[in-house]
Amino acid sequence: MGATQTHSEYQYENMVGKTGFSTEQIKNLHMRFQQLSGNEKTLRREHLKNIPALANNPIKTEIIEAFFDKRNQLDNELGSYEEIGFEEFLMVMSHFRPLSIKTSAEEKTAMRKQKVRFLFNMHDTDGDGKITLEEYRKAVEELLSESGTIGQEVARAIADAAMLEVASTNVPNMGPDDFYEGITFEHFEEILKDLEMESRMHVRFLDMNTANLRCGQ
Amino acid sequence: MMMRMMILVLLLCCISSAAPEETHDEHGGGHNITGIPIVTFKWHHVKPPYTVALWVLVCFLCKLLIEANHNVTNYIPESALLICFGFILGGMIWGADQVQTFKLTPTTFFFYLLPQIILDTGYSMPNKLFFTNLGAILVHAVIGTCWNAATLGLSLWGCHQAGAMGNIEIGLLQYLLYGSLMAAVDPVAVIAVFEQVHVNEVLFILVFGESLLNDGVTVVLFNVFDAFVSLGGGAIDAKEIVKGIVSFFVVAFGGSLLGTVFGLLVSLLSRCTKNIQIIEPGFIFVLGYLAYLTAEMLSLSSILSIVFCGVCCQKYMNANMDENSIQTVRYAMKVFANGSETIIFVFLGISAIDKTIWVWNTGFILLTLFFILIYRFIGVFILSWILNRTRLVPVTFVEQIIMGYGGLRGAVAYGLAVNLNETNIKEKNLMVCTTLIVVYFTVILQGVTMKPLVQWLNVKRATTTELTLVEKVQNKVFEHMLVGIEDISGQIGDNYWRNKWRNFEEKWMSRVLLKPSARKNQDRLFNVFHQLNLQDAMEYVKEGERRGSLDFIRNESAFVDFKKKLEEDYEEAMPDIMADMADDQNGASVMRRDPVPSISLEMHEQNMRGLREAEVINSHHLLDQHLYKGRKQHRYRFSRSHLDINQDENEVQEIFQRTMRSRLESFKSGKMGVAPPKTITKHTKREPQPKMPNGRNKNYHSGDEDFEFSEGDSASGYDTSFPMRVGYRAGAGIENPAFMPDLDPSSPLHIPPWLADAGLEVNQVAPSERAQMRTPGHLHRLASLRSRARSGETDQDLPPPPHRDDDHL
Repeated sequence: MGATQTHSEYQYENMVGKTGFSTEQIKNLHMRFQQLSGNEKTLRREHLKNIPALANNPIKTEIIEAFFDKRNQLDNELGSYEEIGFEEFLMVMSHFRPLSIKTSAEEKTAMRKQKVRFLFNMHDTDGDGKITLEEYRKAVEELLSESGTIGQEVARAIADAAMLEVASTNVPNMGPDDFYEGITFEHFEEILKDLEMESRMHVRFLDMNTANLRCGQ
Repeated sequence: MMMRMMILVLLLCCISSAAPEETHDEHGGGHNITGIPIVTFKWHHVKPPYTVALWVLVCFLCKLLIEANHNVTNYIPESALLICFGFILGGMIWGADQVQTFKLTPTTFFFYLLPQIILDTGYSMPNKLFFTNLGAILVHAVIGTCWNAATLGLSLWGCHQAGAMGNIEIGLLQYLLYGSLMAAVDPVAVIAVFEQVHVNEVLFILVFGESLLNDGVTVVLFNVFDAFVSLGGGAIDAKEIVKGIVSFFVVAFGGSLLGTVFGLLVSLLSRCTKNIQIIEPGFIFVLGYLAYLTAEMLSLSSILSIVFCGVCCQKYMNANMDENSIQTVRYAMKVFANGSETIIFVFLGISAIDKTIWVWNTGFILLTLFFILIYRFIGVFILSWILNRTRLVPVTFVEQIIMGYGGLRGAVAYGLAVNLNETNIKEKNLMVCTTLIVVYFTVILQGVTMKPLVQWLNVKRATTTELTLVEKVQNKVFEHMLVGIEDISGQIGDNYWRNKWRNFEEKWMSRVLLKPSARKNQDRLFNVFHQLNLQDAMEYVKEGERRGSLDFIRNESAFVDFKKKLEEDYEEAMPDIMADMADDQNGASVMRRDPVPSISLEMHEQNMRGLREAEVINSHHLLDQHLYKGRKQHRYRFSRSHLDINQDENEVQEIFQRTMRSRLESFKSGKMGVAPPKTITKHTKREPQPKMPNGRNKNYHSGDEDFEFSEGDSASGYDTSFPMRVGYRAGAGIENPAFMPDLDPSSPLHIPPWLADAGLEVNQVAPSERAQMRTPGHLHRLASLRSRARSGETDQDLPPPPHRDDDHL
């Protein structure tokens, strides 16, 4: 254990700068990572799918995919990984890092943009830079699948209405031959500009280790 | 202005002059009963309720007066103005009687005025916001209030020892008692001021939640110190203090628990009130009040009790009750709350004009004011600093200033001060009058300066726009995503608990407390969708009415019919108009024959303009013919337990037959290839089509709903085959294409060219396919898909919004 410890100590330093997590948080997340992967170096989709608490989450596939999405690693590559190392895991997690009181305005906007990008990537499953109607429908259907009381038809209707809303917001003077292919990132950002992101896309990463408090994986 | 003042003065004179008359009257009546009096003046008989009613009226008139000119209320909050009115009224009474006959008594305040305000706040509490910030609110409410009470009491005592107050008889315990009654931020005053300053919701809920919850603390502190004062300093030992602390928890949590129980009871009741819909809205008021009184009876915190009653039941009530009852509750709640708020402030003003309570002690009063302000700020800063260390979104310094400045004292403090026991506290009057001064100072001065301060400090304001559907969807994504991320990262955080709670709530509480039918419609996203649809439908109709065009009725067949009729009936009467119309028609038919295939919006516009006049006449006639009776003239069956619109069988039948006839006629003419004389129309894509048996068409583009007549059976009454086009975002909310008025003469740009194009081909039999071809394929498809989906769900869920046929028949 000692050898890995020093090794990761060095790594942690690197990651603090890159992700903005504190060393304690990284340590905790690393422990969690190892717990999830069964002490392997890399994490595969099955590992995440086996988390019992996640089973009831209607959008669990999207969430899991987000971890394996190359676009979320800040180097703008397309495609997805088969397995991810701790660093990638951490990068995805860093999207949910809360703001501290010292964060400057520019940093805030940058972080916001990052978060919006994350959301966008989540919906844009094929990575063509546009959320098409089909993609959006799928997302809404999955979201509503949990309630069970609403049929697919309604889910589609909602997705369609939302899509129309986006189209009419962003292309107010659409000609008859125009064709709204999908929500681009800019449009997506524009629609969500009024949405308060600060409290909605944050997870409190504790400094202390809570992994053991949780029963099961 | 003067007129109203006169009325007020008159009213007051009535009250005050009636008093002596009444004795006279009684004497007269008692002595000579000679026969049966036809009319007697029995003022004494009705005096108490009459006075109350008059006062309520006077207070309401004050409010009316204040709200009459908005440029004043923009600068001075209403509560401050009401207090000032109270001063004036009080002055009048004083002038008439030389004694203050009317003042705010604690009984009136706590039993009759306060409960409904608090119930309203509880019932309309933004639950999620409240519970996510509950930690911070509790810290401020409990620790902050204790801090305020202790520091104020101790500092005043210190100053007293130092000789700043002169010669007054107040001991340490009495100072602490005084501090405890002054400590609480008043919910009524806070709502009144903050409602007009639209600060962001988190800041609002922090101040407001604190003001609600700190009541428990205040009442306990007050009771404990009151008991201590009665016991005297010597009898207080550790045991008593421990008992005091225990009683705090019992009072606060007991009150909340009681309220929750009552709230669940109301929810449960609302499950089975289907058959007594008329009194259904009454339950919440009665049970809420009972929750308040029960808590009072058990000496628990009554305010907390009624708050939690409202908070708990709102969701289930709104789901269980009929739409009408929900509106009734909402409005009645506001009427009561706003009414008593008005009365409270007016009477706070009136109570001041009373010589007997005014005892001036410069040191005491000024020091109280000073300490209240200072310690409030210090308390807020310290607590916020502590809380900010763990908060996800820290409370900024500016917001802390507003929180501190929002520490308004109000009627609760006054009520408690009047409740003080005079035998134990010699300087009760000084305390009462200081309390009043503090109330005036905070409500008027701080209230007036609050808005400029908020503007000057550039505090983040509340967003006024409603969430769009996309945002709602996104919020839902957030919820699940955060839970998912917490699960993956192995943290047990807020989201984890929130999710647990939601699951529990859905599984157990909803099952017990919700009607099975209501449980179906629980999804919030769906509700938003539903609301948006309703809103759009309403806007759509309004828009149609505003333009004076009833084209949105889409009753083209009626138009045909009318044309003929008009020619027969009105030709002699209105030759001019007929000529005009003929001209129009000629002009338009020229246009129609115009072979230019290109789309010219200008041309279109001209046509529209030419048609305007005729259209107005048309629509009037159309109304005349098809509306049997104005909707408002529907007779209501007079019954105390039912509120149905009269649906006279004969009437309905006749309307049906008439409309059917005209429809058939136009249908025939359409079949024979006779083009309807309508020159420019959006519905030209319409092709004559046989009526579908179930009233739902496969072709979603040919707005041929005219051919299927709805006999009031709403299942098929509002199918959704409208010509679709992309909605424009004209404001908040989406514009549902299904509800877009498609005849839009005022802004021709909005008419999609493909429709104009289709307009040229009015004579063709089946232009619908073509028109469809020309529409922007994907979008058009999108719209039609939407409509199909809608038709699926409207059947059970949406009232018939777009199709006004039902209403107008």
